[in-house]
Amino acid sequence: MSILVFIEQREGRVRPVSREALGEATRLAATLGGPVVGVCAASADPGLAALGAAGADKVLLATGPRFEWYDAEAMTAAVVAAIESLEPDLVLFAASAMGKDLSPRVAARIGVGLASDCTALTPQGGTLLASRPVFAGKALQTVRFPRKPAMASLRPKVFATITREGATTPVERLVVALDAAPSRARVTSVVAASGGKTDLTESEIIVSGGRGLKGPEHFDLVENLAAALGATVGASRAVVDAGWRPHADQVGQTGKTVSPKLYVAVGISGAIQHLAGMSSSRCIVAINKDPDAPIFKVADYGLVGDLFEVVPALTEAVQKLNAHV
Amino acid sequence: MIQVVCIKQVADTETRVKVAADGKSLDPAGVTWILNPYDEFAVEQALRVKEQLGAGEVIAISLGGAGVPTTLRSVLAMGADRAIHLKADGPAPDSLQVARALATEIAPLGAGLVWLGKQAVDDDAAQVGPMLAELLHLPCVTVVASFELAGDRAKVEREIEGGREVVEVTLPAVLTADKGLNEPRYASLKGIMAAKKKTIDEKPAALGEPNLEVKSLALPPARSAGRIVGKGIEAVPELVRLLREEAKVI
Ligand SMILES: Cc1cc2nc3c(=O)[nH]c(=O)nc-3n(C[C@H](O)[C@H](O)[C@H](O)COP(=O)(O)OP(=O)(O)OC[C@H]3O[C@@H](n4cnc5c(N)ncnc54)[C@H](O)[C@@H]3O)c2cc1C
Ligand SMILES: Nc1ncnc2c1ncn2[C@@H]1O[C@H](COP(=O)(O)O)[C@@H](O)[C@H]1O
Repeated sequence: MSILVFIEQREGRVRPVSREALGEATRLAATLGGPVVGVCAASADPGLAALGAAGADKVLLATGPRFEWYDAEAMTAAVVAAIESLEPDLVLFAASAMGKDLSPRVAARIGVGLASDCTALTPQGGTLLASRPVFAGKALQTVRFPRKPAMASLRPKVFATITREGATTPVERLVVALDAAPSRARVTSVVAASGGKTDLTESEIIVSGGRGLKGPEHFDLVENLAAALGATVGASRAVVDAGWRPHADQVGQTGKTVSPKLYVAVGISGAIQHLAGMSSSRCIVAINKDPDAPIFKVADYGLVGDLFEVVPALTEAVQKLNAHV
Repeated sequence: MIQVVCIKQVADTETRVKVAADGKSLDPAGVTWILNPYDEFAVEQALRVKEQLGAGEVIAISLGGAGVPTTLRSVLAMGADRAIHLKADGPAPDSLQVARALATEIAPLGAGLVWLGKQAVDDDAAQVGPMLAELLHLPCVTVVASFELAGDRAKVEREIEGGREVVEVTLPAVLTADKGLNEPRYASLKGIMAAKKKTIDEKPAALGEPNLEVKSLALPPARSAGRIVGKGIEAVPELVRLLREEAKVI
């Protein structure tokens, strides 16, 4: 028994979602058995030895110029090489932009099913059950894998990381045969979002604004609250469609699915398609002047009031709190 | 150039989910069926490419039950030239089964571009596109937000965490469409009339063995009913206290 975890890196940095996958692999290894082995493809070692602290017992590293940027076909070859040498019972990916692109390709090459965007993995009598939200979170589907290896991608921010203080892991070279032909889908550049802002899917705290803000010029209310909380700004589709915010900020069915520890919805009614993207947040706060707004049905803490008064007051209160600690 | 668009008929996003008696699937009673929203962007982009080139054929293909021709007809009304219905009744096939059946049908067509949606809004799998590309031995770019064709290659952009990836892809290729790729057209009356004369070929889907076994479909545990902390700015101190002491999130 072993568990293989795809270790995602960009520009020499292991991405946090891979530590989450290692955390879950370590927990599963306690029942299913280990070891937990990482596989990474990069142009140079992004400091993989340190992943011992995140739960890896060993990491396989494939290097080469094809791995400088994300290259689905080359990465598939690397992960498949790892699967062939290790013969794991379970292969985990993060359901990130990269993991969602790569994992179906690997599953099709190996010829097994894939459970994508899982929110829970449960060992049961020697097999594994994977739970995944479907119908935009309106239902939860549970699947079993009839063949090995089982393959799953994990929703970011849902699975806890672990820390094994000071532990390091051996890094072994993985040889991958790549054809010499250049990549057929080549990343030529990566354009960073303005301000180098954290992606919504990876944010601990999100403050989202909706049509209740009345106009783009009032989004500074949301931005100030976000700054005080150390949060990322999100938005409802209504304001994205109106051009107040970029599409990258949209939370919901046709935007991003987020699971932060705190989600603050400001002037958002809570349409089913918006809830689809944020209802798995750990704690939800809603600020809305309409006591019957559906957002209050999912909010842990609701505040009924005019956002133009409440939000500045809340921002100030949080700033005061920060000043005290 | 021949372009193929894979489309899926799905339950309307407003649908209230009811679990069927088998405990594994959606109860279809009262469900309105629509074209998967992301597939609209895929159809639109294929039509724009055809218009840009001034020639070619757009073939819509869908695997599913007896209701599928209605949705295929709506894609023909948008402007697709012909359609293929891969008939499959019975339990919903998994993504790899679908990809295999589509690959068998698409491989001999010699398409330059194969379009899909980034994800179907029922199973939310986001798998069929890259699986199909793998089975067809083609490059694939997923979650495409912009597309520019120049000869036998295309410059596409896709959103990733914290930015956008610019990708140069050589044709033939598989692409999955994100919202924002374009503004899909509405079918014109003329288009709707013309669609009635276009052909929908029906064939049985070549579904192999299942690769995932669905154990259950359940409504998610309801979030415990929240509470209203209070009204107006007077409630702000209490909200802050709760977030700090009870929820421990700030
Ligand atoms: C296929 C499909 C996909 C969709 N995908 C998404 C998606 O991904 N994400 C998404 O968000 N939506 C999505 N929608 C749209 C969704 O149905 C709603 O239209 C949208 O979420 C509404 O945005 P809103 O809450 O900002 O605006 P509204 O519904 O107009 O709500 C504004 C809220 O602000 C409150 N308000 C007004 N003034 C104040 C004030 N002064 N103080 C406090 N509160 C105030 C009002 O009481 C109201 O509740 C989708 C729809 C469809 C059909
Ligand atoms: N049964 C099907 N028939 C045709 N195309 C499909 C089918 N299922 C999925 N697709 C395509 O694959 C995309 C992604 O679907 P999924 O992987 O199920 O999320 C959809 O947007 C469609 O373009």
